[in-house]
Amino acid sequence: MTSLNTNMLPLSAPSNTPTLNFEEVAFCGQERTLLAPSSFTLASVGPTLVMGPNGAGKSLLLRLAHGLLTPSRGRVIWSDGERPRQAMVFQQPVMLRRSAVANVIHALAVNKVPHRSRSRRALDALERFGLATCAHTPARLLSGGQQQRLALARAWALSPRVLFLDEPTSALDPAAIKAVEAAVQEFHCQGTRIVMTTHDIHQARRLAGDVLFLSGGHVREHTPADTFFDHPASREAQAFIAGELIE
Amino acid sequence: MENNAFYVAISLLLDVDAALFSIVALSMQVSLLAVLVAALLGFPLGAAVALWRFPGRGGVIVTLNALMGLPPVVAGLTVYLLLSRAGPLGELGLLFTPGAMVIAQVILVLPILAALSRQKVEELLGEYQEQFISLGMSRARMMPTLLWDARFALLTILLAGFGRASAEVGAVMMVGGNIEGVTRVMTTSIVLETGKGNLPLALGLGIVLLALVMLVNAGAYLVGELARRRTG
Repeated sequence: MTSLNTNMLPLSAPSNTPTLNFEEVAFCGQERTLLAPSSFTLASVGPTLVMGPNGAGKSLLLRLAHGLLTPSRGRVIWSDGERPRQAMVFQQPVMLRRSAVANVIHALAVNKVPHRSRSRRALDALERFGLATCAHTPARLLSGGQQQRLALARAWALSPRVLFLDEPTSALDPAAIKAVEAAVQEFHCQGTRIVMTTHDIHQARRLAGDVLFLSGGHVREHTPADTFFDHPASREAQAFIAGELIE
Repeated sequence: MENNAFYVAISLLLDVDAALFSIVALSMQVSLLAVLVAALLGFPLGAAVALWRFPGRGGVIVTLNALMGLPPVVAGLTVYLLLSRAGPLGELGLLFTPGAMVIAQVILVLPILAALSRQKVEELLGEYQEQFISLGMSRARMMPTLLWDARFALLTILLAGFGRASAEVGAVMMVGGNIEGVTRVMTTSIVLETGKGNLPLALGLGIVLLALVMLVNAGAYLVGELARRRTG
């Protein structure tokens, strides 16, 4: 893995980063509205950090954007009309009951990568994320940090234009968190749009280009990271940054 | 001493009697073939029921579960009626052949394989679903992945099906007819020898059958253990 100073954001990413539009997107559960109608555009370089307390609707917003869930109302629109190639890294990595490399090969096979180049591409991805030595270890026997890196390697092999990450570091120790953050930076430098949820304010300060703040199923603000951390506009965000226990 | 069942069982195994060997071989052939056919039909069926939502799905699941307890004589009777001269498939002339026995055992084993694999695949799907949708997989594409990832559980299920097939007597008796050298298998021989009053031989055959079933179960256990250690 290339060593990146995680405090430095690249000044600009390649300009073909896809733009994501939420047009009055809402999502209703069985009894209540889980996400109130929300409109925003992710057009800046990012990475976009989706923040807010537990139950604010962060994971839900990510799943709607990625297409795992269908909005009850409104539309999710991508800049070039069609859905760009995208991948998602979950809080709990989902690993098939196979070796690490077989997990990556499976993802490539599903995406119709020709048989000949799968193995090489999979091993390249593992090597990039420091997993070359455990390529043939059963994926589910890897440590939590290794599994999360494997999930990132699997996403990397697919060369997505958008990468969603749902609290990818919430169960990891500092060394593993550092590795994941470096990986996220690397995706970002390649021009991949990053949309990541976290409730760790320090992590958001390290990574964020812009912040989408949610609470209680409402998008409260969407501002550049500096503005968000220095001059939060909404009362909820002010309380969140001040470390108050908000709902 | 000659009347001791264990002695008979051991001497049956030691001086490999040609008649006994053909009986054991036919038992194995019929049951293995039945399990193979049932697996080729039952595993995809189980996985399909786990994967797709359709009207009447609940009914299908209940039926499969209930059919796991289908009495072998009922399966035998059904196949008998189908294959008898006057039956719809009478033309094939399969009644009282090993082929008929395979068909009857497929009917007995299929629900076990389908119902148990449905459960296992559904459990795996719950774990994998979001990742699969994220990878853009269709339900049809999920099926081979899920069946492969359930492989060790499926092997155990397969052995359970084999146990059922090799141990049943009612169905093979009805559609096979226990014809010496043609359709006589372990279980029908035991019934016959018991009827003739040749209890040591019947019991000896029973011990041989039990030994085979033990072997199968030991295999299932070992495979399960190996799987747990290797894939976590």
